[in-house]
Amino acid sequence: MKEILTLDKVGLIYHSPVGETQAVKNMSFSVAEGEFVAMIGPSGCGKSTVLNMIAGLIKPSEGKIKLNGEEVSSAAGKFGYMLQRDELFPWRTIRKNVTLPLEIKRIKNKENEDYAFGLLKKYGLKEFADHYPDQLSGGMRQRVALIRTLAAKPDLLLLDEPFSALDYQTRLSVCEDVFRIIREENKTSVLVTHDISEAVSVADRVILLSSRPAAVRKEYTVDFDKDLSPLKRREDPRFRDWFELLWRDLNDENER
Amino acid sequence: MKTKDEFSREHLLYLKRRRNDKIFVNCARVALIIIFLALWELFYRLGAIDGFIFSAPSKIFKSLVNLTKTGELFKHAGITLFETVAGFAIATSIGTLVALALWWNDRLRRILDPYVVVLNSLPKIALGPVIIIWFGSGTKSIVVMTILITVIVTTITMLSGFTATDKNKIFLLKSLGAKKPQILTKLVIPSSLPTFISMLKINIGLSWIGSIMGEYLVSRAGLGYLIVYGGQVFKLDLVYAATLTLCLLATGMYALVSLIEKITVGKKQTS
Ligand SMILES: Nc1ncnc2c1ncn2[C@@H]1O[C@H](COP(=O)(O)OP(=O)(O)OP(=O)(O)O)[C@@H](O)[C@H]1O
Ligand SMILES: [Mg+2]
Repeated sequence: MKEILTLDKVGLIYHSPVGETQAVKNMSFSVAEGEFVAMIGPSGCGKSTVLNMIAGLIKPSEGKIKLNGEEVSSAAGKFGYMLQRDELFPWRTIRKNVTLPLEIKRIKNKENEDYAFGLLKKYGLKEFADHYPDQLSGGMRQRVALIRTLAAKPDLLLLDEPFSALDYQTRLSVCEDVFRIIREENKTSVLVTHDISEAVSVADRVILLSSRPAAVRKEYTVDFDKDLSPLKRREDPRFRDWFELLWRDLNDENER
Repeated sequence: MKTKDEFSREHLLYLKRRRNDKIFVNCARVALIIIFLALWELFYRLGAIDGFIFSAPSKIFKSLVNLTKTGELFKHAGITLFETVAGFAIATSIGTLVALALWWNDRLRRILDPYVVVLNSLPKIALGPVIIIWFGSGTKSIVVMTILITVIVTTITMLSGFTATDKNKIFLLKSLGAKKPQILTKLVIPSSLPTFISMLKINIGLSWIGSIMGEYLVSRAGLGYLIVYGGQVFKLDLVYAATLTLCLLATGMYALVSLIEKITVGKKQTS
């Protein structure tokens, strides 16, 4: 399969008045088209930093990051970034919120708007199109946030703990929806999470990062059927094995 | 949402109780002022308070009627209103623009920071003599005084509103490839709207302080002038009449801003 994203010996050092922090060191991995990759690692190891570099928001101190064979320079717009909280603008209606990326990228035309509204309709949010975010539940808001992320038709989705602000029940169902949407729209995704079971339930491949400075410690190809939904995977007997394996390795990493 | 004729009995009761509560509050408000005025008048008639010093509602009313008949009231009120509104408008625009410039250029903000602090703590009235020398003893000086009193607070309030913009939302826009102008127009300005409205409310009070202070210092006309003049010649009815007019005008301006608030902020969230 075609590789859409590659990181080659990437490193990053943060500079601040009190000193410098090596957040990422010698990190290499790649992501194929249509693949769903989950990154897990000890807290504070540099996961968000990696996503920010991929999105072109921070320039790597060393190494190269290539998207579709081109080095990423600035947030040129081929990414969709989904954050921990939905960050919907409270003064905009849902309709206006999902078309925000089109305004920012100056590609607001009938076709793109229809695509975004189509997603709202397809995923059951049509009747809320003229509501304000305050009027929606947390789970609905996060789904709107995903549709906003998809509106500009990004090649690559970056998801930074997108469900961690939700309660457990909502989290499972939103995760289910997001997985389905991502599969149906056939998007390549990189998900960062603290939650091992979440990683195992959605990913084709899990990348375990070392504690800071982050580097790739291990990779696991999760051998579920690609279209098995997260909840179905959780019921699968192999789920436990994967969970335990990752749990052990992550704990080892935490203790180092 | 259910429509009016499908409301349950409890809901109708609730609505009724709410309406009655509102009526009570409004009645109490009116009653309070009527009782106050009646007692004042009563004490005056009974000779319990000195009408020369404390005046009385009837005397103030008479004085207002006289001032209206001669047209003086409108003349003085008009002058002060003009000074206030002009100072308010100019100070609000300049203050907001400066705040925008300081938000835009962080280095500029850091350079100017100590100056803003000093200017803010300086009692602007101390500049009175200088202003009179520069701008003469007329309307111009008073407007300048109003601007000086209002502009720094405007800048500080708006700047803190702009810089309080949610960092995560800025991050989101940046991840979409937004540059500074877009971050400003799509996020910073709309999210600072409530700050802007409360700043307008503060500025109304400040610009009245500015214009009346200015008139105390220099003027030959205006409500502030009437008050000072009335005090000097011991026509206290005049002082009270002018003060009352001032109250009404300031309240009117405040109501106007509240209306703007309802239109702009009120419509976005029903919750
Ligand atoms: N702007 C910055 N300046 C200096 N140090 C930073 C900066 N941002 C992050 N760091 C440091 O870099 C390290 C990695 O941060 P990062 O946010 O990427 O970790 P993370 O794995 O996403 O953490 P979490 O699990 O809490 O989400 C942390 O130790 C953090 O303190
Ligand atoms: Mg993080």
